[in-house]
Amino acid sequence: MSTQTPSATRTARGVALRCSGLVKRFADVTAVDGLDLEVFVGECFGLLGPNGAGKTTTVEILEGLTAADEGRVELLGQHWYTANDRALRERIGVQLQETQLAEKVTVAETVRLFRSFYQRGHDVDEVIQTVALEEKRNARVGKLSGGQKQRLAVACALVSDPELLFLDEPTTGLDPQARLSLWDIIEKFRERGGTILLTTHYMEEATRLCDRVAIMDHGKMIALGTPAELIESLGADQIIEFSVTNGLADEALTSLPAVNHLHRRGEVYALTVAEIAVALPALLAEIKRQQSELVTLTTHQATLEDVFVSLTGRMLRDS
Amino acid sequence: MTISHAEAQRREEELRTPGEGKSQTLYPLFELTAMRIREFLREKEAVFWVFIFPVLMTFALGIAFRNTVPDKALVAVEGSTTDSRVNEIANVLSAAPEVQATVLNPNEAAQALRSGKVSMVVKPQNDSFEYHFDPTRPESRSARLLVDDVLQRGKGRTDVVKVGEQRITEPGARYVDFLVPGLIGMNLMGSGLWGLGFTVVIARSRKILKRFAATPMRRSHYLFSFMLSRLLFLVLEVAAIVVFAWLAFDFTVRGSWVTVFLITILGGFTFSGLGLLVAARPTTIEGVSGLMNFIMLPMWLLSGTFFSSERFPQVLQPFIKALPLTALNTSLRAVMNEGATLSSNWLPITILLTWCVVSFIVALRIFKWQ
Repeated sequence: MSTQTPSATRTARGVALRCSGLVKRFADVTAVDGLDLEVFVGECFGLLGPNGAGKTTTVEILEGLTAADEGRVELLGQHWYTANDRALRERIGVQLQETQLAEKVTVAETVRLFRSFYQRGHDVDEVIQTVALEEKRNARVGKLSGGQKQRLAVACALVSDPELLFLDEPTTGLDPQARLSLWDIIEKFRERGGTILLTTHYMEEATRLCDRVAIMDHGKMIALGTPAELIESLGADQIIEFSVTNGLADEALTSLPAVNHLHRRGEVYALTVAEIAVALPALLAEIKRQQSELVTLTTHQATLEDVFVSLTGRMLRDS
Repeated sequence: MTISHAEAQRREEELRTPGEGKSQTLYPLFELTAMRIREFLREKEAVFWVFIFPVLMTFALGIAFRNTVPDKALVAVEGSTTDSRVNEIANVLSAAPEVQATVLNPNEAAQALRSGKVSMVVKPQNDSFEYHFDPTRPESRSARLLVDDVLQRGKGRTDVVKVGEQRITEPGARYVDFLVPGLIGMNLMGSGLWGLGFTVVIARSRKILKRFAATPMRRSHYLFSFMLSRLLFLVLEVAAIVVFAWLAFDFTVRGSWVTVFLITILGGFTFSGLGLLVAARPTTIEGVSGLMNFIMLPMWLLSGTFFSSERFPQVLQPFIKALPLTALNTSLRAVMNEGATLSSNWLPITILLTWCVVSFIVALRIFKWQ
């Protein structure tokens, strides 16, 4: 990373979370395989990766819910499994991926219960307002929509006014509207100086919310940087995806001007290009020269998804 | 160190955004208990099984086995209704206050005896009688004695010694008096095991336990909230059965109410401990249901809820007496029916205490939060 990245300036503000050499093995898989992370105070840090990459296991180790087989975790200057665990829990907020809160109790009762666990924090109604559930204040949890339930889960994480917030796939399974409203809540927390570690397998979520992103695959970190840095690292800002009637020779494509990288997924070719105005006419000419014909052609701005594809050869969501 | 850091930050934040950071004081144990109570009361089926069902059961069994003036012994005289000798025998029998005789032909008589419509059949011979009855049925045995007495007297037998009688049917010795403590015991077992076992396992399978583990909540508060809510419901459960039995059957408690209360609480906590124990590890409802049935079934059968456990073979008695429900039923009966004291019940109470303490300790040792 260059010294001009935002991360460099944040170092001065201190490290909220640091782990090194984290390893967690289950019976047949190594879920986390030697992971090092550093999250700075005040940043939103994203763990991006496909299902099964080890994101949830990592987060639960950091939250002190699962013990790592190897490695060290330092959280707000503390370590887990000491006499200070409860004091440390006072300072973090947690939203777990699979928690289904009790259905027979109301929104306000649920938040009130969580509030009672903490020495300090927000008023119940204040938090309900933060997550825009005022109208559902006295509704039972079982009657809420998926998005509302998720906002309630975040409310329970925010009620202690935590310094560090863990969000594990907060928007998975939500419709775009619900996702947007959750993003607002997360951004507001960050604007007030909170630190966030969030996992996601939505690249647009990582791009929008995160200052820095670590891409995880098979329990390892395979890339780290700001979303812009990661996309830039492809050496390109456009992706051309196309398919043709007759197969083309790979070498002919990679040697085209402005083309940096070729990736094939079944019938579909994906070219990573620096200047689309140069690459596209050359590609069309090449297809003609090889006496083939275009079937489909799309182009788009490079995204984190393309970064993942170029690093692993797989799509984020289908692996 | 940590605290002071957090404290410093809190003050800093209060300066920045006045009004935030300070808050109403809430007590986690109180909130957790309130949550238990709300969840229970909003589960209509649970309310039915815990409060309404035992009352209905008391009512149904109390009615079915009520002690009224003993019913007359129903007897058939085998023969034809046109046979004057047979009719005369039936009249002699029916003239006795405790016998009701009817004349039936041989087929009808056999059928009536088989199906229990009559307790015995009298078959007149030339100059004698033949009794047909099933000696394993108590009412048949007593019918035989009554009928024989009436017939022998009719033929001229007289009493050799004069006897007087005084009839006693007082509350405390009836079946319903036996039943009520047993139903209380059974209900405490059911609500303790189901109430705790299911709630904990559901919370675990929905990852609520894990979510709680991620907060500074004291784990003992969570478990203790079950005790407190059980305590409240237990008083209501027991009151529902006792008050109903008092209104409908004139049920009375002979011993001290304080003793009844103490034993009930001990019983309630013991079964809560067992509930916690069965719920300590399973992650699915199916898993915990199997365990609960495994624990409850022997006690339903053996612990003397509906009939005295003394009826089981002698070799089984030490095992049966060691079961917590037997201990609870025995001590409740002793206090309610016989007016016994705590100290005279030391054995069953020690058994209950042991179960209570051991199951809590083991449950807390092996309890899984995820």
